[in-house]
Amino acid sequence: MRRLLILTALACSLGVAGEPRISVSYSRFTLPNGLDVILHEDHTVPVVAVNLSYRVGSADEKPGKTGFAHLFEHIMFMGSRDVPVGKFDQWLEAAGGDNNANTTEDRTDYYEDVPSNALALPLFLESDRMGFLLDSMTEAKVNAQRDVVRNERRETIENAPYGLAPILIDENLYPPDHPYHWPTIGSMADLSAASYNDVVQFFRTYYVPGNASLVIAGDIDPVKARAAVEYWFSDVKSGAPVPPQPVPVAHLTAEKRVVQEDRVELPRLYMVWNTPAEFAPGDAELDLLASVLAGGKTSRLYRRLVYDLQIAQDVSAAQVSARLGSEFWIVVTARSGHTLSEIAGIVQEELDRVKKDPPSRRELERAVNQYEASFLDRLENIGTTANLLNTYVRLTGNPDYFNEDLSRYKAIDPSDIQAIAETWLPDESRVVLSVVPNGKKELAAAKEPR
Amino acid sequence: MVETRRPLSHSLLILAALGALHAPVLQAQPDRTAPPRPGPPPELRLPPIQHYGFSNGTKVVLLERHSVPVVQINLLVRAGTSMDPAGKGGLASITAAMLTEGAGPRGALEFADAVDYLGAQVAASARLYTTTVALHTPLSKLDSGLVLLADLVRRPAFLPGELARVRNEHLTAILQMRDDPDILASLVFKRTLYGEHPYGAPSIGSAASLATVTVDDLRIFHAAYFVPANTTIIVVGDITAAEIMPKLEKAFGTWSGNAVSPPPVPPVPQKREKTLVLVDKPGAAQSVIRIGRIGAARLTDDYYAIVVMNALLGGTFTSRLNMNLREAHGYSYGASSQFDFLPLPGPFVAAASVQTEVTDKALTEFVNELRGILEPVPDGDLERVKNYLALGFTGGFQSVAQIASQLEELAIYGLPDDYFNGYIGRILAVTKPDVERVARRYINTDDLAFIVVGDRKEIGERVTALNLAPATFLTIDEVLGPAPEGGK
Repeated sequence: MRRLLILTALACSLGVAGEPRISVSYSRFTLPNGLDVILHEDHTVPVVAVNLSYRVGSADEKPGKTGFAHLFEHIMFMGSRDVPVGKFDQWLEAAGGDNNANTTEDRTDYYEDVPSNALALPLFLESDRMGFLLDSMTEAKVNAQRDVVRNERRETIENAPYGLAPILIDENLYPPDHPYHWPTIGSMADLSAASYNDVVQFFRTYYVPGNASLVIAGDIDPVKARAAVEYWFSDVKSGAPVPPQPVPVAHLTAEKRVVQEDRVELPRLYMVWNTPAEFAPGDAELDLLASVLAGGKTSRLYRRLVYDLQIAQDVSAAQVSARLGSEFWIVVTARSGHTLSEIAGIVQEELDRVKKDPPSRRELERAVNQYEASFLDRLENIGTTANLLNTYVRLTGNPDYFNEDLSRYKAIDPSDIQAIAETWLPDESRVVLSVVPNGKKELAAAKEPR
Repeated sequence: MVETRRPLSHSLLILAALGALHAPVLQAQPDRTAPPRPGPPPELRLPPIQHYGFSNGTKVVLLERHSVPVVQINLLVRAGTSMDPAGKGGLASITAAMLTEGAGPRGALEFADAVDYLGAQVAASARLYTTTVALHTPLSKLDSGLVLLADLVRRPAFLPGELARVRNEHLTAILQMRDDPDILASLVFKRTLYGEHPYGAPSIGSAASLATVTVDDLRIFHAAYFVPANTTIIVVGDITAAEIMPKLEKAFGTWSGNAVSPPPVPPVPQKREKTLVLVDKPGAAQSVIRIGRIGAARLTDDYYAIVVMNALLGGTFTSRLNMNLREAHGYSYGASSQFDFLPLPGPFVAAASVQTEVTDKALTEFVNELRGILEPVPDGDLERVKNYLALGFTGGFQSVAQIASQLEELAIYGLPDDYFNGYIGRILAVTKPDVERVARRYINTDDLAFIVVGDRKEIGERVTALNLAPATFLTIDEVLGPAPEGGK
């Protein structure tokens, strides 16, 4: 495909119906080895964002080897055939570039922001590790990053207040054979078990061009950028297709109550449900429901718990979307002297209310307006735009899904919010986690909050 | 560019570029023998910074950015935590917080609803010398957003009931500091360096000082400092001067009030003794480390040399501290250092969270690196960090909020309009002797403060055995006062 001539930057123009339309222009082509490439031209700042997304995450791990996808992400920075250890970062920094990577259940993203004169460098580095990582892999490299990742887990989980809560929630929300049952960071024991052979197998299975998509966005000449991609990735061999994996059903048939003691001053309540996958019907409705419940001071839970009753310090709600299924979270931190039973009782009243009657039109419009504005904000940073293009490609097949994404929210009616709450937030299939200060189990949410 | 070693692949690269228009492509084998050399670096192409003002003394700074239809307005007011009256620590912060709790004709909930309905964001927060009240809004909602912004700054309600609620929020936030080892470490670090000086005080205040704050205190503070002559309105976004100035004139042109001179901030403490403070956090999986001393003022002539020197030491991923503690030893997920440049010398701090068992070894490595940076720096390392800082500078001008906060720095320190354009050249002009000179001057290892927040039972003996400095042991109660029991 050669749609290289009519690339413009972000277009935010008025369509026929007078509705603002958010659209991001792009060109797309596939290399003979299977790598999917998307180019987006935007000359606002002389920066290019490179975003390479592999469709592999912790959901592809097996029990006993949890945390491996993320450990592997770290190992990807330890050099490849033509990039000695340490040079990946040194060369990028010498060119004025920044880089990082992150891993979720579903995918692993690697990205570089470089001044536009240096685009060839990240393409060289990414193609070298995509093609030739194993040529210089050693046991010692694996061990070095294992220690780093153990400290990452200590810093973000063990030594962080309430840090273990998300892990406990997923353990209870998904059956043991579901790939979201275990945390992306992995268990300390499994991290110790990861071996050099695991690295080889994992790389050969998942780090193949056909299992990735590459977005280059920013201050580029698309003809030259395409030539550079074709040049640098031409000697990366295609691999075997990654077989699709069966997905077990995640559905709780009874409410699960869990109590965890932690080194914290205040008790915190978590209520979490299994909900529809990212971009599936219901996903956007649940985003708006989260906003109606806890977005801003006038949201229902904030207003009652924090503003009126002043029995909570903070409240939040979110539809946490993912490919195989999402989670709807409500989190409330109690003030001193208040129990989570008291908090849970109020949360339940508000859940019952939103299941019984639709929210007001203004409540809904307020939430939609905030989503609409957030679409503009996401386009202000070229790295964020590159990430979004890749997310849309991965989940919908269409890089410029911006307008379709926003249209989901605009099409929602107040009665849809009521229906979605009733369908997806039943009392009898949720996890209710109480994190309480050490030795204060009596502050947990009791079985019958009402 | 002549690359005689690789004539074949070079000509094929051109062929590949042409081939893009005529697929299929005759493909060159990429030359991976050396990293590709970048072309000439792009320049920072910032539009001019425009200056305007009103007869009441309010200054306006505008930078047009017409890529995305959004506008950022930062009202920078010279009202900060260093102006908290004695015994009223936290007053500037709670005043900022109370600005969004009702203003003009709207109560707290109505005001929040109005902002949220626009899809806009409004935030107010106080730093040492200034409070920033920020409006971020879609261009289409700018007029309504400005009405709310003007109410918030000029006509805050400061209702007693709302103050009581926000005070309880702040008191609870102080209680929650006990949970967070990073916050505890930073708190103790600043207090150790600066003592009772305003630079040593937490901006939120203390339980005792917050208890004394009344609505009258807020009103007096607001009347004294939230006045036109103290205010710079920074506008960045998809708008021209002809469009924004009449709107700003309407919102702020009639604003009146006379500034009160803020109390002078005393000089920072002089030479200190080496000291080590260990805060006991029983059961901690890691020890949080902060090491440092009083650093440099923002307007020092050494500024660029310090920025380069710190980048080498702990300011980038490949910096010595991170390479040592993370990559070579695996003690930490990351180690870094920074200079906090303030009107008076702010803190220099090196920091990491390290595995409990290796706390003493990690401290030793910190000291090795702080001594090591006093030695001559290899040329290659110096060039790398200079290029990183210089070439990466343009990336810091993407979002309107990012640009507005860059412009705040110009306003606060009176830096010239060509400051950004000169930055790259000034970084590249830093020499090896410059780096050595500022390292010796600012990374003196004779008066370092070492703060460790961790499990004393596990680390206490081995850390004190290092003899880094005379040790003090504190409990969390001794840092923050005893936790209040129950009740609100």
